[in-house]
Amino acid sequence: MAILIDKNTRVLTQGMTGKVGQFHTTNCIAYANGANCFVAGVTPGKGGQSFQNVPIYDSVEEAKKQTGATVSVIYVPPAYAAAAIDEAVDADLDLVICITEGIPVHDMIRTRRRMQGRRTRLIGPNCPGLITPDEIKIGIMPGHIHKKGRIGVVSRSGTLTYEAVGQLTALGLGQSSCVGIGGDPINGMKHIDVMRLFNEDPDTDAVIMVGEIGGSDEENCARWIRENMKKPVVGFIAGLTAPPGKRMGHAGAIISGGQGGAEDKLAVMEECGIHITRNPAEMGRVMKKLVAGSR
Amino acid sequence: MKIHEYQGKEILREYGVPTPRGKACFSADEAVAVAQSLGGSAWVVKAQIHAGGRGKGGGVKVARSLDEVRNFADQMLGMKLVTHQTGPDGQVVRRLLIEEGIAIEREYYLGMVVDRESQRVALLASSEGGMEIEEVAKESPEKIHTVRIDPESGLFDKDAEEAASAIGIANLRSAASLFQGLYKAFVEKDAMLAEINPLVLTLDGSLLALDAKFNFDSNALYRHPEIIAYRDLDEEDPAEIEASKFDLSYISLDGDIACLVNGAGLAMATMDIIKLYGGNPANFLDVGGGASREKVTEAFKLMLKNPRLKAILVNIFGGIMKCDVIAEGIVAAVREVHLEVPLVVRLEGTNVDIGKQILEDSGLPIISGSDMADAAQKAVAAARG
Repeated sequence: MAILIDKNTRVLTQGMTGKVGQFHTTNCIAYANGANCFVAGVTPGKGGQSFQNVPIYDSVEEAKKQTGATVSVIYVPPAYAAAAIDEAVDADLDLVICITEGIPVHDMIRTRRRMQGRRTRLIGPNCPGLITPDEIKIGIMPGHIHKKGRIGVVSRSGTLTYEAVGQLTALGLGQSSCVGIGGDPINGMKHIDVMRLFNEDPDTDAVIMVGEIGGSDEENCARWIRENMKKPVVGFIAGLTAPPGKRMGHAGAIISGGQGGAEDKLAVMEECGIHITRNPAEMGRVMKKLVAGSR
Repeated sequence: MKIHEYQGKEILREYGVPTPRGKACFSADEAVAVAQSLGGSAWVVKAQIHAGGRGKGGGVKVARSLDEVRNFADQMLGMKLVTHQTGPDGQVVRRLLIEEGIAIEREYYLGMVVDRESQRVALLASSEGGMEIEEVAKESPEKIHTVRIDPESGLFDKDAEEAASAIGIANLRSAASLFQGLYKAFVEKDAMLAEINPLVLTLDGSLLALDAKFNFDSNALYRHPEIIAYRDLDEEDPAEIEASKFDLSYISLDGDIACLVNGAGLAMATMDIIKLYGGNPANFLDVGGGASREKVTEAFKLMLKNPRLKAILVNIFGGIMKCDVIAEGIVAAVREVHLEVPLVVRLEGTNVDIGKQILEDSGLPIISGSDMADAAQKAVAAARG
């Protein structure tokens, strides 16, 4: 199996009845095995109703008990999204994927503190979600650009992930799983956490890692790769031209106090043996050369 | 969102953090009146702009008489204050803060930030007051004492006192309560950054916040009307204000190739690839996931306001956003704004074929890019003319 999710995963959707939730749930159900994967919705006060034949429950606990869902995807509006994550964590789910953009940072600090010592993994917030092509798509990415295969993709951005995937698919390279970890400063799984899973996954041969300015997650991941990674990694960092002190759309994408610049990140990544490119249009081709060379 | 020093000090006082007495004013007459009502024999005249480094740029002066208060106020109001944070054009001074003069024994640094690594609020304290903390971190990191604060328990007395002691403050109890006041303000007001630099020990032995700098989480402003009320539009880039009205994420840069992109990461990557092929991006512009025709038109209007503009590059990877919708938006916008610079469009993703057809059928002189590299190269070539 790929990482984190496959065709046997059972998913509940928090915030399924809102406009955004409805739109993406419809697309997720229509993708590959989605009709079997998406088994429940959760909207407090709407228990007993249904959407697209998916039953709705009042709580995550109830939805889990009735359907056996172990993964949640969240489209709840930002003011209530952190509480939605808390509810999923309290219900002991395996994985929570929070798509919501714009959650206050202090809400996430409190939620991450509550998650300490709990078994639940979090992806996001402010992320496109994740997909295992031809099996299951959980999130907002366009399913049709993906192709089943053996390259893993992990990224902090949404559309830049699609760009990487689009390049791979155009070159005939399919993907094992693609994970968008999100652009917020306080989030769940980081590059390093996803990289560990790809390293152990027998269905993944190589990984594209897409990063951004801000923080030091990419550097931490690069150092781990140098010591542990058995598979080749291609890397790109967005924001080489971003001026310091300006927040580039994502709350996490800011160069502050001389930290988090793209050049520094690329230098560490290169030093750690990652095949970096400064050209976002070349991610796929760099990977193609690597994979061709190893065969 | 940033605020002025005097506004930051209002927040500090609300949370029991002592500051010098003072008041904001907008004219020299007012400045003198404030100084008079404060009394004493020395006053500090401080230019209120959002950028740091005001002292070195001539934006902070000590006056020894009311005449001097008037003179300094006259000099500062309306001047273009240039600091290392304003850029070469500087920032016009429109507000002043007049404060009582303080006899200083020692200066310290106190800061708080959201620390991504530990996912907590970090308190930074240093004996090197008045210096840029980034420089202290580089030159003598051992002089910065850091406390990562557990959000469930808050800032413990013992951790606060230990921090105060580590930077050489003798009165641990009052320092700890000041640190705790700042932490409470930081959390309750949803701050991303707070700095008191310098925090001073006065000759008569009390601790005072001589400066106050705050940056707030824009995602949390919905629950802070009192912070929104502090917003000063004069301190913001007019193009960025305009953009925020339409929920567009826009940042002005100094190049001549404007770009319109969906998604922050792809928008940055688009700026990068323009530079890589020898061009210069004029802006960062993320139209977001659900851009409508109106939003695209507004985005075009924004880009066209740039007097340096030589070409426009649109780079869309449609996911949620369908390429046909964006294509219709582009066609409508181009018709409405009378475009006089070359426009290069690259569309990919959902409904890309319909989108390309719409552009072609429009009969407009739109240059099509087959992929990101092709589009960027064409935009750079077009900008060169």
